[in-house]
Amino acid sequence: MANGSSRPLSPHLQVYRWQWTMALSILHRATGIALTVGTLLLAWWLIAAAAGPAAFARAQGFIGSGLGMLMLFGWTFALYYHLCAGIRHLVWDAGYGFELQYAQRGAYIVIGAAVGLTIMSWIIGLAVW
Amino acid sequence: MAEFSLPANSKVGVGKTVNAAGGAKRTKTFKIYRWSPDDGQNPRVDTYVVDLDKFGPMVLDAIIYIKNELDSTLTFRRSCREGICGSCAMNIDGTNTLACLKAIEDVAGDVKIYPLPHLPVVKDLVPDVNHIYAQLASVKPWLQTQSPAPPDRERLQSPEDRARLDGLYECILCFCCSTSCPSYWWNGDRYLGPAVLLQAYRWIADSRDEMTGERLDNLEDPFRLYRCHTIMNCTQTCPKGLNPAKAIAEIKKLMVARR
Repeated sequence: MANGSSRPLSPHLQVYRWQWTMALSILHRATGIALTVGTLLLAWWLIAAAAGPAAFARAQGFIGSGLGMLMLFGWTFALYYHLCAGIRHLVWDAGYGFELQYAQRGAYIVIGAAVGLTIMSWIIGLAVW
Repeated sequence: MAEFSLPANSKVGVGKTVNAAGGAKRTKTFKIYRWSPDDGQNPRVDTYVVDLDKFGPMVLDAIIYIKNELDSTLTFRRSCREGICGSCAMNIDGTNTLACLKAIEDVAGDVKIYPLPHLPVVKDLVPDVNHIYAQLASVKPWLQTQSPAPPDRERLQSPEDRARLDGLYECILCFCCSTSCPSYWWNGDRYLGPAVLLQAYRWIADSRDEMTGERLDNLEDPFRLYRCHTIMNCTQTCPKGLNPAKAIAEIKKLMVARR
């Protein structure tokens, strides 16, 4: 807030204890950003596939490497978390689930679903690979 | 725009330590934010080690004891000491609450006390809330009507219509919620914040009020209303157990419904 005096600004992030409410909220935003970056990586993979075998082998080599797989795993979680949290926001926008016990239950469901779907996708993905 | 770190004049240093727990059976350490406008120094955190048997069970009892017995310069607001005036709102143990309703035994470890977050500090635990009061005035928190009042009685309301104000009228304007909201931290100059929006909805929801359209017009703004991102810190911290996040959602629903 604009503070046109010599008065100090009281501490905020520095002292506020992390709440599950704010943690899930910032994670929703962070996964949104991660999805944007991850989509660029996937676009590069698709463009490489169209560009020819040599380019595709290079892209595939990176994505198939340890670092690439880790990024893809993170991208998968970001996708599922952002999806589930987005549905949670839709429920809120409809006016439901604001009582703290329901909001907390929603938080558990979103985290659980995101982790579960991520792991399930990777088990299926690795099995058919 | 969000500024995550504190300005240079707001960085918090380490202050003095007062040990008043000699011979005490039960001791507790209070770490309290201090800033004086008179000495030209940065804020600091003073430490008071006290005997819990010398005062009552609440955090407010402790800081009144410290002011009376150990350091009369300690400055804070308080009045009713029973959770109805909203004066002693502060950041205790990392979340915003009323010092009079916060039991010392509910705090594990040292009791850290700061003023309400992200506000200009007047002195010690007293923040400047003038801007929030101005925002409150902007939503016209009073009954507005166009029809003439009945000549022989009040404007009446059915029990059902009255019940719609439950969970809204109890707000004591302590501003724990607004100052717990990261969105209000970053955009408080234009975003009204949960406390003021709950007040706005309290009058929108009132069956006797006849200016609902104008009230919604005033809120139809990317910042005033829509900086609420349903973070829910407000509801999580409200010392009265109210639900500002739900009140804001009801306003958003009305905005869609009237399109």
